[in-house]
Amino acid sequence: MKRFRRHGQESQRDRLKQELFQFNKTVEHGFPHQPSALGYSPSLQLLAIGTRSGAIKLYGAPGVEFMGLHDENAAVTQVHFLPHQVELVTLLDDNSLHMWTLRAHKGLSELLEIGRFTLTGPPGAPPSVTRVTAVLPHSSGELLLLGTEGGHVFIVEVPGFRELEERNISLDQVASSVPDDYIGRRNLEHVEALQENPVNPNQVVIGYGRGLMVVWDLEKQCQLESVWWTEDGGYILSSHSDGSYCRWMVGVDDVNEEEEKSDIPYGHFPCKAIMKIIQLPTEDGPPFLLFSGGMPRASYGDRHCITVIHGKTHVALDFTSRIIDFFVITDGLQQKGDPSALVVLVEEELVVIDLQTEGWPVIQTPYLVPLHSSAITCSHHVSAIPFKLWERISSVGELQNTHYSKKPWPITGGQSLAPDPPQRDLLLTGHEDGTVRFWDASGVCLSPMYKLSTAGVFDTDADPNDNMNQGTEGEWPPFRKVGCFDPYSDDPRLGIQKIHLCKYSGYLTVAGTAGQILVMELNDEAAEQTVEAKVVDLLQGQEGFRWKGHTRLDVREEPVLFPPGFQPFALVQCQPPAVVTALNLHSEWKLVAFGTSHGFGLFDYQQKNNVFVKCTLNPSDQLAMEGPLSRVKSIKKSLRQSFRRIRRSRVSLRKHHVNNAAKLQEANARLEAELAEMELAPVQRKIEARSSDDSFTGLVRTLYFADTFLSDSSHNSPSLWAGTNGGCVFAYMLRLPPVEHRADEPITAHPAKEIQLMHRAPVVGIVVLDGHGAPLPEPLEVAHDLARSPEMQGSHHLLVISEEQFKVFTLPKVSAKMKLKLTAIDGSRVRRVGVAWFGSNRSEDYGESGLVVLTNQGDLHVVSLPSVKLQVQYPCIRKEDVSGIASCVFTKHGQGFYLISPSEFERFSLSTRCLVEPRCLVGAPLHSGPQRRPQTDGASSAHSAARRVMEHALLNDESEYCRTETC
Amino acid sequence: MNKNHRVPSSRSLSAVEVKSKFGAEFRRFSLDRSKPGRFDEFYGLLQHVHRIPNVELLVGYADVHGDLLPINNDDNYHKAISTASPLLRLFLHRKEEADYTTFGTDSLTRKKNTVLSAVLLRPDANKKKPPVIISLPRDFRPVSSIIDVDILPETHRRVRLYKHGQEKPLGFYIRDGSSVRVTPQGLEKVPGIFISRMVPGGLAESTGLLAVNDEVLEVNGIEVAGKSLDQVTDMMIANSHNLIITVKPANQRNNVVRSGGGGGGGAASGSSGRSSDSGASYYGYSSPGGVGAAASMPTHIIQNFPVGEIESDEEDEDLVIEVGGEAEPIRRTGSNYSMPSLPRYEPHLNLRSATTSTLSVNANGTLPASASSGSLSNANATSTTPSPDRAMERRSLEEDGTVITL
Repeated sequence: MKRFRRHGQESQRDRLKQELFQFNKTVEHGFPHQPSALGYSPSLQLLAIGTRSGAIKLYGAPGVEFMGLHDENAAVTQVHFLPHQVELVTLLDDNSLHMWTLRAHKGLSELLEIGRFTLTGPPGAPPSVTRVTAVLPHSSGELLLLGTEGGHVFIVEVPGFRELEERNISLDQVASSVPDDYIGRRNLEHVEALQENPVNPNQVVIGYGRGLMVVWDLEKQCQLESVWWTEDGGYILSSHSDGSYCRWMVGVDDVNEEEEKSDIPYGHFPCKAIMKIIQLPTEDGPPFLLFSGGMPRASYGDRHCITVIHGKTHVALDFTSRIIDFFVITDGLQQKGDPSALVVLVEEELVVIDLQTEGWPVIQTPYLVPLHSSAITCSHHVSAIPFKLWERISSVGELQNTHYSKKPWPITGGQSLAPDPPQRDLLLTGHEDGTVRFWDASGVCLSPMYKLSTAGVFDTDADPNDNMNQGTEGEWPPFRKVGCFDPYSDDPRLGIQKIHLCKYSGYLTVAGTAGQILVMELNDEAAEQTVEAKVVDLLQGQEGFRWKGHTRLDVREEPVLFPPGFQPFALVQCQPPAVVTALNLHSEWKLVAFGTSHGFGLFDYQQKNNVFVKCTLNPSDQLAMEGPLSRVKSIKKSLRQSFRRIRRSRVSLRKHHVNNAAKLQEANARLEAELAEMELAPVQRKIEARSSDDSFTGLVRTLYFADTFLSDSSHNSPSLWAGTNGGCVFAYMLRLPPVEHRADEPITAHPAKEIQLMHRAPVVGIVVLDGHGAPLPEPLEVAHDLARSPEMQGSHHLLVISEEQFKVFTLPKVSAKMKLKLTAIDGSRVRRVGVAWFGSNRSEDYGESGLVVLTNQGDLHVVSLPSVKLQVQYPCIRKEDVSGIASCVFTKHGQGFYLISPSEFERFSLSTRCLVEPRCLVGAPLHSGPQRRPQTDGASSAHSAARRVMEHALLNDESEYCRTETC
Repeated sequence: MNKNHRVPSSRSLSAVEVKSKFGAEFRRFSLDRSKPGRFDEFYGLLQHVHRIPNVELLVGYADVHGDLLPINNDDNYHKAISTASPLLRLFLHRKEEADYTTFGTDSLTRKKNTVLSAVLLRPDANKKKPPVIISLPRDFRPVSSIIDVDILPETHRRVRLYKHGQEKPLGFYIRDGSSVRVTPQGLEKVPGIFISRMVPGGLAESTGLLAVNDEVLEVNGIEVAGKSLDQVTDMMIANSHNLIITVKPANQRNNVVRSGGGGGGGAASGSSGRSSDSGASYYGYSSPGGVGAAASMPTHIIQNFPVGEIESDEEDEDLVIEVGGEAEPIRRTGSNYSMPSLPRYEPHLNLRSATTSTLSVNANGTLPASASSGSLSNANATSTTPSPDRAMERRSLEEDGTVITL
């Protein structure tokens, strides 16, 4: 009977779990890793980017985005939209062609692969015959012309991918219809370019690698990097590998064209190839000529440039990384108007240039922003930002964006149907160059709001006045730097390691690699001030110490002008200057706690003095003492030595004049044996209980402020908690003077408790639960009426989260009450942990707090509070993706972000209620080309593709289902 | 006291003459050889005849070889009675002042030998050479044990390593490897985890129960199949205070051979402590097919203990230092601490007062048992319960000199 009831409870709990938790990977923020292809549909106003990992991403108006992944793990080499349709064709480097469509489904569009195709040549033909090098989606929307390495042009009917063999343009046909002088005895080589005559869709120009161009009439049967028909169909532009381009007049009847004009724009000395050329007319005035490459090989061969020539204006846009492709957006419905924007995809970012505003300024991208313009070193998420702070941050951010074009984002395809985000969320990323970037993470588009630089506080090698954008007068080519990707850091010590923002007071504290902690305040005005540094010795006379790591950063003595925004007013520098590993800010008490591998301290930022310091260092821990560099150095050294050894053996071989083949073989065999041994040497793992002598046991992992019952159960007091790598928890009782004397009376701290966990696993989180078992609210949250004040009746509990266990202790007498041993049961360890609130999707007022946990296996768990029981588990990140796991941050509402590449955040949600994902619709263009065939035509391929429904399309369905349920 | 008290030899068959010495006093009485009774009755009797009802005693007797041996449980009591011929000489000591080193071989005959040893020109031989020490059972501290012999297939071995806060390293390494399983379809190669190396002098090596190339099948009752090397490593380290590994030894020649009938193994392994009552699970293995060694290796190994029970509290006594106070191990809030039912040493003496439970907690959990496992020096101190300074002592050991500001 009892058992029965229990069962009922369990199933009820299960139902509740379903109402509370649900795992979705929702949207990817940032710039795609290793983009390899670019496509644009003027009719849909959609931009498509293919990546080397086989992903294809479509972007339209902000909020309109689609993601697709090819089953094959091959790079996308070309992306082409079918003109005037919602289909696009991708070519992968395994020579397969894929047809994708945007299908409307339940009022939303989804990206779906509907067919795939690989050219098959005649039996016995070499694979190069069918290796696709150029793709032309014909404007009829029915044909796809595929130029191949063998020089043939295959014609394929789409969307069914039916080969129209009788219409193929074989090399022989071309050779027979062109005068022999043009052909010569040499092969025409591969098809380099295919372009359609904009006026007469039946005419196609075929450009062969050797330089021959042929205009082919599709109906009548009828050298080089790139070709382009001018708008009126009268001319063809061709660009060449020697950096020249030619303009050809197309005779209507005459098959032979006349070279009208040839030019090497950056001439005299040898130039690099012009990869792509475009000419677009303007209504009144000279046409725009745009081409990529063509730089003088010797002096500027390493630049990545696109040249734009319009009348007398001639600019060589100098990009930050390799140019993958570019296109131009033109005004007007029929895409016949003036060019309005140049869209350039380079390897690390997307740059859009406004061609209609004087000076051709850059248009700020609302998405695809390179998160990694300097490497991300940490991130911090703040949910539900009060409107006032939001306004202030965005207004100071706007002041930084004055150099951007005022024009709206020119890519406007589709419409975003996603509801307005329920709250304003900020994602703060810390970067290697000492900057902190503020991102609007409320919705689907992760857009930049404000950028804070901390480098100005310190004296570094870099000259702050060194402006890279300034080109010298009269320079040729007329370079102009565009783009913001800048992976080079002036000083790695500036790197930001920890960030904490108080959303109510606008206080921000950031901590860096060289033990620097800056406390900042938001100021709407620029201010000139000196930042006084307070050096805090964390060793406290610990003997036998020798720090071999980097030195402290030098602070500028003179006043520094800080622009409007967050301005530093206090600086703490730890001695030794080790990386800050833990940081917390309590804006109500005006205290900042910080920790490194040597100890932790508490800084009073109102009185600007240090309250106390505690050294956690184990004197036998040599590694922590010497600093981080020595170990790295030793690895580097050993690597270098092994390389040297290999090289030496090779060099010596060469010296001995290798007529002695036997000797060479012997050496090779030895090398091979060495390598084999390296591979065969089994990977071993030592099984040993942790001891106090392990390295870095003193490293402070987490710091926590709590107003709780530390000494007796009737009086609560402010306290600071610190957890170390060695499984030790320190608790300090803080005595704060009354508010009126806050500025002059000192704050005192007394050690109150010290807990040594017997399993000695690193403490990664500390939370105090109130009388109701709910986590204590954030500072000032209650004061701003945004949280219920914590229950002070009933006993508080201390939750200590180590990498291996979750343990609940009673307070004030610390005795173990409950625990969850994660590692002992399934061998996974806690990597990231956060407290989140989960609202039910069925009843508006029900919700509960839980712990969100990411393990070293890449699994996400939700652990209930205060009972510490595992609720749900979802696989999320591959366990090999260590940096992805390390980069994960959780929001307070059950969402999270992690880096899937150096430049992209994946967003996920564990909550049924809080779900930010793209919901968008793309309508078919009005003047939809020919009548679409029914889907059944391509049945066989479409059927096989049906199961490859896009990931987020599936999610769309589900979420819609859930939403309708809630409504 | 005089010869009149001597009983006729015919009576000596049924009764044992006892001469008990406590301090300078002697008592003589007799016991029925056929019905010696239990040890605790005997203990009460001794206290009674010596009129020392509240004195904790250590009881020893001189055996036939003249060695002083302890009597502290039913077994050695019965042994003492049965071998006494005709007189059972007892030596009683106060427990707190007992000298444990007196037990052992030659302990009573030593005086006689001194002359001889002097002749042998080894004048200090007796002083230098420490006598072989025989501990009292309650001072035995298990280091390792083979458990669940009765329910595991003969090809497997479940080994428990007791770390107990001793300084000796666990001392072994594991690696990835592949093992061959027999399936209905034939031989199948599957990935497995193997012991790759033993640290000389480590706990694992010293037990002799684990060896290089043994395949690890379970860690504390959880199968390792499907888990990565790193996961298994983390599991073992997380359980390092009380590690139970089920292995398939590479060397299958030293397996425990079960003696025909059921449960024979349980009796053989004295330290297995916990008897199996899981008849069903045993039945599963005693099926005829189970004899064919590896050929019928069960895919799932039933464990004798529920997984939850492994969550014993012994490793969980986190140390809390209150400000100005002394360290104490954290205990469960539920105040009456119950002994975990895992196979562990349980004192056979039922004489302990209420201090017993705290004592055993300390002895198993937080006390730094000295390296020489058999030493009795600790036992002296533990008879009282100086918990605070015990813990302090431990702390100083653990903190290893780190300055602790209190």
